[in-house]
Amino acid sequence: MKISEQWLREWVAPRLDTRALADRLTLAGLEVGTIAPAAPALERVVVGKILAVAPHPQADRLRVCQVDAGQDRPLTIVCGAANAAAGLRVPVALVGARLPGGAEIKHTEIRGVASAGMLCSAAELGLEEKSEGLWELDGNLKPGVSLTSALALDDQVLEIELTPNRGDCLSVAGVARELAALTGARLKAPVVKDATVKSKKRLSVTLAAKLDCPHYAGRVIEGLDPAARTPVWMQERLRRAGIRCIQPVVDVTNYVMLELGQPMHAFDLARLSGGIVVRHARVNETLALLDGKSLALEPGTLVIADRHAPVAIAGIMGGLVSGVTAATTAVFLESAYFRPETIARRARGLGLHSESSHRFERGVDPRLQRRALQRATNLLLAIAGGRAGPITEQTAPRHVPKRAAIRLRSARVARLLGMSLSVRSMSDTLKRLGMRAQKTVDGLRVTPPSYRFDIARECDLIEELARVVGYERVPSTRPPIAMAASLPSESDLDADRLRAVLMDRDYHEAITYSFVDPALQALLDPQAAPALLANPIAADMAAMRTQLWPGLLTALTYNCNRQQARIRLFEIGPRFIPGPKGVRQEWTVAGVLHGPAAPEQWGVPARALDFYDLKGDVEALLSVARAGFETRAAQHPALHPGQCAAVYRRGTGEGDSGGLFGRLHPAIQAKLGLEQPVFLFELGLAGLASGAIPRFREISKYPSVRRDLAVVVDRATPARAVLECVAKAAGDLLANLELFDEYRGEGIDFGRKSLALALTLQDSSRTLNDEAAEAVIQRVVAALGSELGAQLRQ
Amino acid sequence: MNPVLQQELAKLLETALAAVAGAADAEALDQIRVGYLGKKGALTEQLKQLGGLPAEQRPQAGQQVNEAKDRLQAALDERKRLLAERQREQQLSQENLDVSLPGRGLRIGGPHPITRTLRRLEELFLRMGFRIAEGPEIEDDFHNFEALNIPPDHPARAMHDTFYFDNGLLLRTHTSPVQIRYMQTHKPPLRIIAPGRVYRRDSDVTHTPMFHQIEGLLVDENVSFADLKGVLSDFLGQFFERALKLRFRPSYFPFTEPSAEVDIECVMCGGSGCRVCKHSGWLEVLGCGMVHPEVFRHAGIDSEHYTGFAFGLGVERLTMLRYGVNDLRLFYENDLRFLRQFK
Repeated sequence: MKISEQWLREWVAPRLDTRALADRLTLAGLEVGTIAPAAPALERVVVGKILAVAPHPQADRLRVCQVDAGQDRPLTIVCGAANAAAGLRVPVALVGARLPGGAEIKHTEIRGVASAGMLCSAAELGLEEKSEGLWELDGNLKPGVSLTSALALDDQVLEIELTPNRGDCLSVAGVARELAALTGARLKAPVVKDATVKSKKRLSVTLAAKLDCPHYAGRVIEGLDPAARTPVWMQERLRRAGIRCIQPVVDVTNYVMLELGQPMHAFDLARLSGGIVVRHARVNETLALLDGKSLALEPGTLVIADRHAPVAIAGIMGGLVSGVTAATTAVFLESAYFRPETIARRARGLGLHSESSHRFERGVDPRLQRRALQRATNLLLAIAGGRAGPITEQTAPRHVPKRAAIRLRSARVARLLGMSLSVRSMSDTLKRLGMRAQKTVDGLRVTPPSYRFDIARECDLIEELARVVGYERVPSTRPPIAMAASLPSESDLDADRLRAVLMDRDYHEAITYSFVDPALQALLDPQAAPALLANPIAADMAAMRTQLWPGLLTALTYNCNRQQARIRLFEIGPRFIPGPKGVRQEWTVAGVLHGPAAPEQWGVPARALDFYDLKGDVEALLSVARAGFETRAAQHPALHPGQCAAVYRRGTGEGDSGGLFGRLHPAIQAKLGLEQPVFLFELGLAGLASGAIPRFREISKYPSVRRDLAVVVDRATPARAVLECVAKAAGDLLANLELFDEYRGEGIDFGRKSLALALTLQDSSRTLNDEAAEAVIQRVVAALGSELGAQLRQ
Repeated sequence: MNPVLQQELAKLLETALAAVAGAADAEALDQIRVGYLGKKGALTEQLKQLGGLPAEQRPQAGQQVNEAKDRLQAALDERKRLLAERQREQQLSQENLDVSLPGRGLRIGGPHPITRTLRRLEELFLRMGFRIAEGPEIEDDFHNFEALNIPPDHPARAMHDTFYFDNGLLLRTHTSPVQIRYMQTHKPPLRIIAPGRVYRRDSDVTHTPMFHQIEGLLVDENVSFADLKGVLSDFLGQFFERALKLRFRPSYFPFTEPSAEVDIECVMCGGSGCRVCKHSGWLEVLGCGMVHPEVFRHAGIDSEHYTGFAFGLGVERLTMLRYGVNDLRLFYENDLRFLRQFK
């Protein structure tokens, strides 16, 4: 909310400069965001009175004005504005003035006529976005007076970022009340006298939805001068609050809203038929709104209606037909209290947010309506003349909110704040905030004022105390806490361990959005039906990812497009798997690899990545998980059919895969516009967790024996089968087994391949002799031959 | 010993020592050794001739010959050692490398800067005795709003632009629902932090639709606002590794009362005013307050018996301040040129 410092100081004038005043508000919870001057510096811009206007001899659209700018003789100024007229007071930029737009005013000649200044619009002075014509100032201003002093432009606008609980501060009166309580300065509210009733005209008011509107006041004012203009002082206050001037009736209602916090509405009396009914909309009712839209009203919408039809959506926006216009001479002014929840729900439902709904949904003082109506009447009568009718007021007392008394215990204050306050100081503070406080045995009994919708419980009062005393005066302490050690189980795998493995293998960690492009997700996981957002922020951020690959591939493409050749990214995060019982959130580690196997370096030939580089990384992850894993050939729509494997915990069935890795399917790779192969992995963290705790095994004191074997098997025989067969046949003496070469081609039959194995044999209780080692090798060779048709390579 | 023999021995030794000194390699040395000390070597021969001497001269003469042999052997050993050393030096000099050439192998990757901050914060709170709690990112209205004292028509809902699913579930807008879930399943005293992803339907220069928060909750019999101030001051000072000026400012959250926002003196300009702090000298870094009795009620905790504080902070914000990152969107582009800066 924007508030003029000048206006605020009219209500309360603490001995604080602007900055200190803003800080005091900020530290009491009314955060002052920015402080901006109300107007630019306007040197040599003064009030001028147009004495005479004559046509320009050379140009139809220009006029030559004689202007009294407080100097010895009138100035001749050429002007193009259509509203230039004798008798008008307007801003004059004298020669030497520099306007906010940068223009410097000089003696000039415009089409043959000398001009000694410029008559200005509000926009030309930087006070409005756009203006039509010269700014018509009030007729009582003295020519020659600087505009800054004539309009009190030397003012600051404070932008207060109010929290939603402080609806009571959405007005000058509210902020002034707060500031008075905080500083002890006296509050000087303007006196509002009851306007003399000079008209008998009145409209009946019927409350037909008493819960939603328990209080409604209104009156007719007739005989308004349609030619009346809003005085400049009021225009200026509205402008500084960021509100556009429309015409006197609307301006007055807005002014009273800014001043007192009561949103008001004015209906053109001529457009209303019969009395006012505050009721819920019926089926098939519509309303054309002030903003031009026509709205089919949902039944139950709280409306202001006349005898026939709704004329406004209560508290949110008025109707077009009943709105005041330049021709309006009689109005019905409305000043009501609406239930906050009702307005909030409807405004949000309709997507309409107005200054009025903003206040009603935060709570308007239910005791303010009559005073606001009187204030508006007085202002309007002073500006546009007219005769006020009697006030019609309807109340449903049962539904007008009442502030209940709250028990405030001194002990509770001390316990919650960690600081004791005397009953007397508490009572003083609360009274300054407009509350009633009575002493009790254990503290106070406090009744908040009608406008404090946010004070309902003891803790609310405690916050008020702390706020006014100042949070900075609450001490800083450390809570005494009971010792309670907690250490995660050692068998649980820490995601940081996986992160470390990958970082040490040259991966960078990425964080990608949980929602991805549904099309990309469908391409990579066509069988899944991802959870879809009902209101995504963009169409390509609508699907909850079922894998981490869409985000990683997007990051990959992003980097490829930025000349990054070698890319290794991983992410640890949730994936969202839809299931019969809703969406399951699974923690996952996934990665993407692209480009050369190693960073470019001297002395090492560059080599493209392949499946086994990927597998090495996956195996590294599995090794820190400390559980038995094996990989089996697998199929996945996103991966190359011949370069895809699944990870299984040893001994688990086909359905229990712990993850997948492989080469991105070349068709998808092409679709993503990537030239080189891409490799991917993704493992569920749950499958990696709860590995074994290390268990010591005796280290043999005796030397080991190494025997190498080269065996030829069918190409279709997986290396794993060979290794398992060797391990089984070799038995306990096998200390280690490595596969160190795979060869196909010359010297080996087509359809066969040669595998080179290194067996390390060792006995834990004695030195292994040659015969024993030879016996093991014989067993191994025999088993390989009989089980896998393997031959020793010649 | 007779002078002739003595002279002969001296000459022999002199010649031999000269040969040793001139020997170019191990082979030449070996020849010298054989030539003088071998079975038929010249000095060995000298020893044999001793038999022809009178008995009373023999011991002295023998000793002199043996001394000559020892001297020659010592010279041979020394020369051998010297030659070996020379050879090694020569070899080493041929093995000189340009040590300024880069090393080989893989490089080292690194964590995302958000992870860096999360880890530091987690570590910090774990050391204070907090535990880490988690909750679902797809939440229900009750845990995300209602139980946090944000009923359906509450104006605070407008500040949370929420992503919804057709079934009425939503993406959590803050980590606060973890508070509720934890309180529903654990008995005080409670000390948790809940780090994680949160979502709001907002995207511009200063907002991404997904970001990270850390929620903190401490509930015990006598936890006060003063304790909250102490714990958060410690935390911020530790995180930024310096004594920072702090400001606790009254604010409003439906789930805490009293509520506060915490400002730190601008870490960019030190409080003198700059673009980052919008010339105020202060930076807002977190929201906090005393757990609202209504929240305790929803979570089944007796608010007369227990009090507690909660806080929530934006991880991106702290990361930007800590590392001087000037654009929020960098965190989610995953540009390697950005990520490599956070090894």
